[in-house]
Amino acid sequence: MDTLILSRMQFGANISFHILFPTITIALGWVLLFFRLRLAGTGDQKWADAYRFWVKVFALSFAMGVVSGITMSFQFGTNWPGFMESVGNIAGPLLAYEVMTAFFLEAVFLGIMLFGMSKVPGWLHTLSTFLVAFGTTMSAFWILVLNSWMHTPAGFEMRDGVAFATDWWAIIFNPSMPYRLVHMLLASGLTVAFLLTGLSAFRWLIGDRSNGVQATLKTGVIIGAVLIPLQILAGDFHGLNTLEHQPQKVAAMEGNWDTGPNTPLVLFGIPDEQTRSTDFEISIPNGASLILKHSADGVVPGLNDFIAEDGTVQHPPVAPVFFSFRIMVATGMAMLLLSWTAVVFMARKRRGIEGLPRPLLWAMVPMAVSGWIATLAGWYTTEIGRQPWLVQGVLTTEAAVADVPAPMVASTLIVYLSIYAALLAAYVGVLFYLARKATMGEPAGPTFHVAQEAQVTVAAE
Amino acid sequence: MYLFGDPATWLPLAFATLMGLSILIYVVLDGFDLGVGVLFPFADKDEKDRMIASIGPFWDANETWLVLAIGILLVAFPTAHGTILTALYLPVAVMLIGLILRGVSFEFRVKAPVHHKTAWDRAFYVGSMMTSLSQGYMLGMYIMGLEMTAFTLAFSALTAVFLTVAYSFIGATWLILKTEGALQRKAVRWSKGGIWGVVLGLGAISIASPLVSQRIFDKWFSVPEFFLLMPLPLMSAALVVLLWMALRRLPTRDDSWAWFPFSATIVLFVLGFFGMAYSFYPFIVPDQLTIYEAASAPESLFIILIGTCFVLPMILGYTALAYTVFRGKATALSYD
Repeated sequence: MDTLILSRMQFGANISFHILFPTITIALGWVLLFFRLRLAGTGDQKWADAYRFWVKVFALSFAMGVVSGITMSFQFGTNWPGFMESVGNIAGPLLAYEVMTAFFLEAVFLGIMLFGMSKVPGWLHTLSTFLVAFGTTMSAFWILVLNSWMHTPAGFEMRDGVAFATDWWAIIFNPSMPYRLVHMLLASGLTVAFLLTGLSAFRWLIGDRSNGVQATLKTGVIIGAVLIPLQILAGDFHGLNTLEHQPQKVAAMEGNWDTGPNTPLVLFGIPDEQTRSTDFEISIPNGASLILKHSADGVVPGLNDFIAEDGTVQHPPVAPVFFSFRIMVATGMAMLLLSWTAVVFMARKRRGIEGLPRPLLWAMVPMAVSGWIATLAGWYTTEIGRQPWLVQGVLTTEAAVADVPAPMVASTLIVYLSIYAALLAAYVGVLFYLARKATMGEPAGPTFHVAQEAQVTVAAE
Repeated sequence: MYLFGDPATWLPLAFATLMGLSILIYVVLDGFDLGVGVLFPFADKDEKDRMIASIGPFWDANETWLVLAIGILLVAFPTAHGTILTALYLPVAVMLIGLILRGVSFEFRVKAPVHHKTAWDRAFYVGSMMTSLSQGYMLGMYIMGLEMTAFTLAFSALTAVFLTVAYSFIGATWLILKTEGALQRKAVRWSKGGIWGVVLGLGAISIASPLVSQRIFDKWFSVPEFFLLMPLPLMSAALVVLLWMALRRLPTRDDSWAWFPFSATIVLFVLGFFGMAYSFYPFIVPDQLTIYEAASAPESLFIILIGTCFVLPMILGYTALAYTVFRGKATALSYD
């Protein structure tokens, strides 16, 4: 294998590992703030239990996100020097703002949020929780601005192969940014919703009947049930936006080879780039035309339009995009089914968690990682779907790669992969260990200074 | 935009200063918490918990200075970023793996089942060692102009050891400040055992830099520069002597002067840093690429600088807040 594919694998492995943790911390920060405010407002200790358990998950996830994020910031230089040399004038300021407005904020206030409970007044602790949540969201904002710009670049001009910014407003609010940001934030919300649900269901199943578990399970189910339809809607809008700006990606997602009207929606199949056809196809007539063009005879772009006259392929590799997209959609459907079924059971006779049948609770446990699967599949769809471009229409991936010997990339890749595998196993293991430990009953920590805090909140209002 | 003259002149300088400042803050701040990791095998179980407690609320923000430094290199000097990082591909990978190991160990050692704790403590130590050694190695390679020969490798191996010991020294002085009792006495012993790393490290860099580059030699050993620069080595030597005297008397009965070794070490690091900055200016890749040649477009630098002027004081402000909240002797870390 050559340096290019090895570097892509290395960066892909790194960024896949990385995104698992911000996906949790972005939304979990806000959920923790919610627990914190409910505690301050009601004084009910179940919110303290919920906070105390989930802040541990947050701390662990945050550390995993930080260390894998540092790795990425270096790999821009070690593996992709061409990226910054060519579009550094755009990417640079966006990354700099991410570090300055987000990283320091979250890192500094995380210390106070985690360990400062008894050292600072209640309002400062709540404020720190808010600033950490705000910081993670700011970080998501800046990085999605940059990522979106790589898909739909705007507000720049090229001089001697180097991009120069002409309009920062256009760069930040580039055509795909709002869609991608909303899609990702909702993905984060869903990931946390199903993680809350899954781990709480696990605790319930092994005998934890505490109010804290009931509260988190309910919170998780409700967040999931509310966000999943919004996500499906947001995904649809995002898809239409992609159709407008990156039709070749949509063609690969749909597995559609020839441009034309009445294009069927391929539910399953195996795309073959050699024969340029899809085998074992199961499809709904006119489906793709209906979804993408909202009319049965709408013209949908096909992959064969993206072959240059000299035969070079200018569309992404079809199979990975095609399958990732289906995995994402299928996971989303499973989320919809699970969360709405749960809501129906909980609402029936107002029985709450008690009304959930055991098989449903068991189904929730593996679904704890459904957010991860959908998020990764979604990112693979959009990122592989941008190939062969690194920055659409501006810079190819091949032109950006470092001139580093392949064995060097291969050897570090193996080390990274083994460490990531070990850490992932340790992480999931520790989550369930913490859940089990919480169920068995931890030595109860000192209770929160609720009364004092409630007063502070009232005074602040 | 032309307020201070041609931005193509002062913008690269401003960003080189910012980057230098970030690296300096990083070396001091992450230096002490890396050093605490390097000292881990010398401590017993309870002491390890106390040592972690002294750095727990800070390590994450400390490492962010590295991200800022590398970010500025990436943003302001993209060509230098590529050249330096591809030349240092392997040591960077070693450092990153080290940072991953130690970063996650902070969390895992207290959250994983108790019988795994020893293993995570070991991972914390190994990660701290990998990070410190690779940073020292990169420092050596940088001074040697990023060229790979038997001599530069040997020199970089030496700086790797010196920097690691120097980190353990600043880590030990931090522990003198943040702990009490038996652990504090131990920290004083560790400091005495580690001070040679600082001395030899500063010495090696001071001797090697002018020998490797005629340009640096001329910058230091010509009149009147030589006399103007004399205070730098003299002050460093005086600080080392003061440090040694203080370490012989510490810990004091009323814990006075516990702050001194850490503060003096910071000054020592700052002096060493200024010496290096003076040697290498205006080059960012030694004797190959200047900050002016490597700088990004002024428009882009300007947009970052505006933000920096607002945000950096805020960052410094809330960093100070965090150090104030967790001032005094380290107590057991708890989420309550």
